[in-house]
Amino acid sequence: MLWLRLNPHLVPLNAEGVTVRPIPQLNGLPGFAEIFFDDVRVPVFNRLGGEGEGWRIAMATAGFERGLMLRSPARFQQASKRLVELYRQRGDDIIDPAAEDAVVRCYMDAEAYALSTYQTASKLAAGGSIGPEASCNKIFWSEMDLLIHETAMKLLGPRAEIEPTTAAEIAELGTWLDGFQFAQSGPIYAGTNEIQRNIIAERMLGMPRK
Amino acid sequence: MNFTFDDDQLAYRDAVDSMLQAEVTADRIRARWESATGIDDALVEQVQALGLGSMLVPESLGGLGLGPVDFILLAEACGRVALPESVVDSVMVATPLLVDVLDRGLGNGSVQRVIEGLCAGELSVGVGHPINPCINFADSTDWLLLARGEALYLVPTDQAELRAVKSVDPSRRLFEVNFEPNPEQRIAEGDAGAALWRSTLNRGALATAAVLLGLSDGIVRQCVQYSSDRQQFGRPIGANQAVKHLMADVAVQMEYARPVIHRAAYTVAVAPTRADFAVSHAKVAAARAALLAGRNGIQVHGAMGYTWECDLHIWVKRAWALTREYGGEGFHKNRIHQWLQQPNALLGPEFTFGRGSLLDSTAA
Repeated sequence: MLWLRLNPHLVPLNAEGVTVRPIPQLNGLPGFAEIFFDDVRVPVFNRLGGEGEGWRIAMATAGFERGLMLRSPARFQQASKRLVELYRQRGDDIIDPAAEDAVVRCYMDAEAYALSTYQTASKLAAGGSIGPEASCNKIFWSEMDLLIHETAMKLLGPRAEIEPTTAAEIAELGTWLDGFQFAQSGPIYAGTNEIQRNIIAERMLGMPRK
Repeated sequence: MNFTFDDDQLAYRDAVDSMLQAEVTADRIRARWESATGIDDALVEQVQALGLGSMLVPESLGGLGLGPVDFILLAEACGRVALPESVVDSVMVATPLLVDVLDRGLGNGSVQRVIEGLCAGELSVGVGHPINPCINFADSTDWLLLARGEALYLVPTDQAELRAVKSVDPSRRLFEVNFEPNPEQRIAEGDAGAALWRSTLNRGALATAAVLLGLSDGIVRQCVQYSSDRQQFGRPIGANQAVKHLMADVAVQMEYARPVIHRAAYTVAVAPTRADFAVSHAKVAAARAALLAGRNGIQVHGAMGYTWECDLHIWVKRAWALTREYGGEGFHKNRIHQWLQQPNALLGPEFTFGRGSLLDSTAA
């Protein structure tokens, strides 16, 4: 049971023997990196938590990823509000009949996500804890984030592909393209949505593991 | 807004839920299909014994004085067993409409008498809201609340003309209703009538949303059971990810319909004139979950899911019917769309519960 003896340590990135090779993401930004350790030494003082507590720390972190903390509901409410504003602004230029439905759905879903967060907060305040239903959370926000940005791309039409560089383009196109690219990662990170569906089916609904 | 329910609310839900789980079995629902009225009188008495008939009537009129938030969990329990009787319509729509009439100082001598009869379980009332083409179980009611334009009439059922129409759901007994407006039976008109019909629509849509959530839950439970029992290639079919994911998708929709329904119940209770958006959202979200539950539920059952013998269609057909009752998806999405189009609509995280006042209250 090697994982029972897991001991995470804080390592300064400028320590001797540490090599960082950034991995450019789909959006061109270096959000991840390969990190190589060649005979790197750090004092025990740098250990995170007590001896052997690493697994508990890792699981608590994963729990927060699925729980309340990863993506703030206010962020999606703001994004859906900006989507409504874009929709009003584009007005008669919108030719896709599906746009109206998508805008309504995005606004509803952002509200639902916020209400669900308040519901979880109410439950925690009353002494409850986060259960397997939190896996629904991850699926819901990541799919909503895609829908919000796909809808914005739809509203912007052929100009959606332009990476804004001038002040006029930034005013016109906002950060929708950035957000659209980032939204592609949502269903993958913090446990893919397929893994979350397995967790929901087995631990929340009680379907057979095999 | 606090989303937790208190011990009294949960105990009431548990009492109603366990009675319904024991008494409203699929076999007894099928027996109703063969009966003249489609109603199980013994069950109606048991519901009455639990106090549902008077729960939303103010104490001053002899009721329990509870509100929509107290009732919402019970409506969900009714959906979970696919209860055929119009308990939810009677408690959440007909009775509050009559109480509303009295609150506005309107009505005639019959209104108070009918409310007392409803509390005592001695009579039943059907509502013919103009948004619905038919009234369920109209032939088993004693009184009907009917519309002509904005005016509201309280009419003895035997003075109206009923024509039976067949629903896709054999548990429903639909009737088209016609009547000759009699000024003595008119209990509201003009702006007051319009306001009464509008709040009735919201209560009906809210109650229907809660029933739809219960139906979804009932469907998922049957699917989990069936896919755990049914073996193929030496293991339960529910062990396959493709089957699991069909149900997980329904669970996600349900999780995000529930708090929306609870907010709508709360808004109808504390700020009914501002409840349109919350109610429409609840109806759309609950209908989306229930339709997906029906479709994926049939798929999980395979060919058995397409048989009359399999009980699943009792729930699925109710969901098909109720997604259209008190406004379908189009009606409710349009209400939300119109609101989003208003330049002064309060959008964004700071207005989740309206402008301030809804944040102050304590219990949900």
